[in-house]
This record gives sequence, structure tokens and C-alpha cells, in this order.
Amino acid sequence: MKLEQMYQEIILDHYRHPHRSGLREPFDAESYQINPTCGDEVTLRVALDGDRVADVSYDAIGCSISQAATSVLTDLVVGRTVAESATTMDAFMEMVQSRGKVEPDEKVLEDAVAFAGVSQYPSRVKCALLGWMAFKDAVGRAEAGSSDNGAQRAEAQ
Amino acid sequence: MTGQLTAGQLSASELEKIRADFPILSRTVRDSRPLVYLDSGATSQRPRQVLDAERAFLEQHNAAVHRGAHQLAEEATDAYESARARIAAFVGAQPDEVIFTKNATEAINLVAYGLSNSAVAGGAAERFALAPGDEIVVTEMEHHANLVPWQELCRRTGATLRWYQVTDDGRLDLDSLELSERTKVVAFTHQSNVMGTVPPVAELVRRARAVGALTVLDACQSVPHTPVDFAALDVDFAAFSGHKMLGPSGVGVLYGRRELLEALPPFLTGGSMIEIVKMEGSTYAAPPQRFEAGVPMTSQAVGLGAAVDYLSAVGMERVAAHEYALTEQALTGLSEIPGVRIIGPSDCIDRGGAVSFMIGDVHAHDAGQVLDDLGIAVRASHHCAWPLHRRFGIAASVRASFAVYNTPAEIDALLAGVQEVRRFFRVPA
Repeated sequence: MKLEQMYQEIILDHYRHPHRSGLREPFDAESYQINPTCGDEVTLRVALDGDRVADVSYDAIGCSISQAATSVLTDLVVGRTVAESATTMDAFMEMVQSRGKVEPDEKVLEDAVAFAGVSQYPSRVKCALLGWMAFKDAVGRAEAGSSDNGAQRAEAQ
Repeated sequence: MTGQLTAGQLSASELEKIRADFPILSRTVRDSRPLVYLDSGATSQRPRQVLDAERAFLEQHNAAVHRGAHQLAEEATDAYESARARIAAFVGAQPDEVIFTKNATEAINLVAYGLSNSAVAGGAAERFALAPGDEIVVTEMEHHANLVPWQELCRRTGATLRWYQVTDDGRLDLDSLELSERTKVVAFTHQSNVMGTVPPVAELVRRARAVGALTVLDACQSVPHTPVDFAALDVDFAAFSGHKMLGPSGVGVLYGRRELLEALPPFLTGGSMIEIVKMEGSTYAAPPQRFEAGVPMTSQAVGLGAAVDYLSAVGMERVAAHEYALTEQALTGLSEIPGVRIIGPSDCIDRGGAVSFMIGDVHAHDAGQVLDDLGIAVRASHHCAWPLHRRFGIAASVRASFAVYNTPAEIDALLAGVQEVRRFFRVPA
């Protein structure tokens, strides 16, 4: 059954017990992302300490894949440099968009290799990427020093 | 659809015969599981008769319609206009009250843009002109296609959008809004694409008429499933799509009362829709041509004509009776499963065959994925009715929607699938 390949225990664990959930202060930038096809949403904050990701906090409504992916994301980026996070994100995106053709590198992706099964379901790729899109956007804002844009955008939505 | 059934239901052998007309229903999905297609509310499957009609047209008669005097042009025009006449008869309209559009969304936009174009068209169109202070009324249960075009019309004209609210059990709350002399348009669905709710059309039309407002009916979810007569419903405009009623995609229909279409300015302009063209300006053809600019979709219109023939041969009363039974079976079965919450009416009164629900706190995507793994195709989203989902405090729901070709065994498969979702995601009893 393909279903178990996608819903690996590690994904269901993160879904039931998400890491670092909830919005926290202080933060340098916030991003609000939405999946218009299903209405799932995430508000994600990033706090940087120099070039390191000091904290990622978030408030999300979504399916198990999007919730778990955001939870795993925080494990992969908090404490790392922004550059390392970008490398991890690229590897994650490549894996989930590969339709199963890319063998994930466990050294880079750690627990996130569990999302390899998602790549077999094109309609779920957006779910797995929702939190990552918010992280990418928030880091970009933080580096640009525009910490209030995210909140404004959220209101506009 | 009401509780009183006047026609016999389809027998098992009739149903088997119908299913044999739909080649796709015999395929398998996801590791050789038989397809259980419960997503006809999104798009229906097409019988061979429709596919054959399209192919025969293209192989024998294809030409640009309403142009040229060669034999193929005549045959193509006859096929196109014959389809229009049969489709018109199917929904209680005259042929010149039926306009072919790309889809129902375009049909509703045609009305909305026609109304805003009235402000500059002058003449008979002036009656439609909207201004600040005017109101357009919709309902909270509308598909985005019957909401966003009205929001945009308000933005262009300065009119105000208002809406009837929805009750906790998924009915239209007629007390939530009073129409007034300022109300110019009342646009509402004939059947909610999410909840199956059939609003009280006669009462809504009566109220709109009383204040002189135009009525626009979104009939996408009614025309494929139950007998519909626009003249008897006394609505001013109505829209429906081909692909939801066993027909092709790329073709929809706008119905408009003749005297209104005669006064309404065009939406899209160009070839085919003109009367006289000069460099200084142009005049426009009578309806329906005025609203069919450019070379229209042709094999699709012919295919939709064949779909109407197919449904008529089964008999819409019987289609409705069959789907009523499926809906009742689904509602009864779902209500017996612990943790399932039905979004919308839990009874079959004034309700069609779209059943949306939540399974515990399992996200609709996750539930849909488990069902898909079992070969069951349902919709898992907000079904293009985001405000309605927000009203019920949810982001998305699972929707099973039925058509003439669905079977009681498929409803059983859905119910078993819902139990599997509960098991997989450990939904408490």
C-alpha cells in the first residue's frame, strides 16, 4: 500500500506532536502563506542571530503533511546558518518535486527524508512546501530588515 | 429535488447498462482498485454517445459555423443550432434564449459585464445601469463563480454587495436580509455545490420581483441531476456548464429571458456578433449571436446536445429519483459513523446529491488521500466555496457527489472508506 509510504510514522508523529509550534517573540520577520486550493495557511516567524537561525515559530492550519513538514523544518534549520538552511530547502524541494526520481540525501535532510513518498502525489507537493515557502519568505524579509511586511501582507489576504 | 418521487428508480440492470456507456468507469486506479468515481460535482464522466457525437461531427461536418456557404458550413451550422434547440428544450427555454459560453463562469461574467457595460451603452440598456447606492445580493453558499463576478461588478460600479446568510443546518436564512428598492440583482445557486442544499427559488424570485431586481440562477448543480424549467422557475438569467452534465468541457450555457437579452449590451465583441461594422463604430446582432463573439466551440456544443439526448432518454425524473436514493443512503450511513460531521442538511428534503463532511479532526486532504488509496475519488478542498467553509469554521471538507451512473455499492465503498480513514488516523469513537 502506497499510503503507508507517504504517511510514515515519523510524519504522523510530527503531525500529532508538532515541534516549536505557536508564535513567539522576539522575531525579525513574519510570513503568511496560503494554499488557495484547500485554504491551508501558515503564519511563520523567523528570528535570526547574525547569520544563524535562532528560532522559528509558527501557527498553522493544514493537513498532516503540511503540519508535519513545518515541524520537521524547524528541526532542520534552527541553530544552523541561513546558507545551510537554504541548502536543506533546495534538497527538500528537489526531493518532493521529483515524482520519486531523486534519492534523498539523509545526511542533508535527516527526518525530512520521510517526505520522499509525497513526491508520488503531485497534488500534495504544495502541502509539503507551504511551511518552507513561508520560511524562505521570512528569511528574505529578515535579511532585508523589513520585519513588518509579513503582518501587512497577512492583513491584505 | 423533494421528498415526493413520481418516477421509478433505475433497476440494477438499467444501471449496469448505463455504466457500460461510460468507458472510464471500468478502469482501475492505485494498484488495480476499481474506480469509485464520486466527484461528479466537479466534473462528470462522458458516455460513448457524447464522445461519438463529437467524433462524428469532426469527421463528417466540421466547419466554422455561421460563416460561408459551402456544404460543410451549412451542416456544421445545422448541427450547432440543433444542439442549441435541444439544450433549450431540456431546460424550458426558447433556442434564442440560450447562449453558448466557454463555461458557466463565463456565462455569469457575461451577465455581470453586460450590466456594467450598460452604463455606457445607452438606449434600452440604461435600465440595467448600476450606481453607488445600488445593491447586489448573493448568498453565503455561493460557488466563487457566482460570487467573485458580483464583487467585481460592485467594484466597477460602486454598488454594494450584500448576502443572505446560511443557517447551522446548511439552509438559506431568508430572515438574514431584507431586499429593498436599491436591490438590482439577486444571484443565487439552484443547489449548493458543497451541501446539496436547494434554496427556495420561488420565494427568492418572488422577493426579487417585488423590488424590481433581476434574478441570476447558478444552475450548474441542478441541471445535470433533476428536471429544470427556467421559464417555470421564472428566473431572469441562469447558467450551467456542459462538463458537469455528461457533456464536454469548454462549453457552458447562459439562459436569459428574451426581452432582457435584447436589451443587454454585449460582453465580448468582435466577429459574428455584429450587425453593421464601420470604421466609426458598429451595431450588434440580435441575441443569441450578440453574445457569441468569434468562432464558437462547435464539437463541444454538439457533444452537449448528445449529453442532453442521453439524459432525456434516461428521463430526468428517474435520474433525480436514482440520485435521491444514493444521497439518502450516504446520509444515513455517514450519520451512523462516530465522529462524522455532515456539512449541510442531514436530511433529504430540498437537497441534491452533494454530501460534504468532516471525519473527526482529520484534515480533508488526509481523508481524501486514504479514500484515493482505496480507489474512491472525492473532492477534498473548499470546493470553490471558501466563505461557506469559513462560516462553518473549517478550511476544507470532503465531498462525495453523485451522478446517474453511481451505484449503491459505491456508496457502501465510500462508507467503508470513511471507516478506514478513522482507523488510519485513529479518530476516537
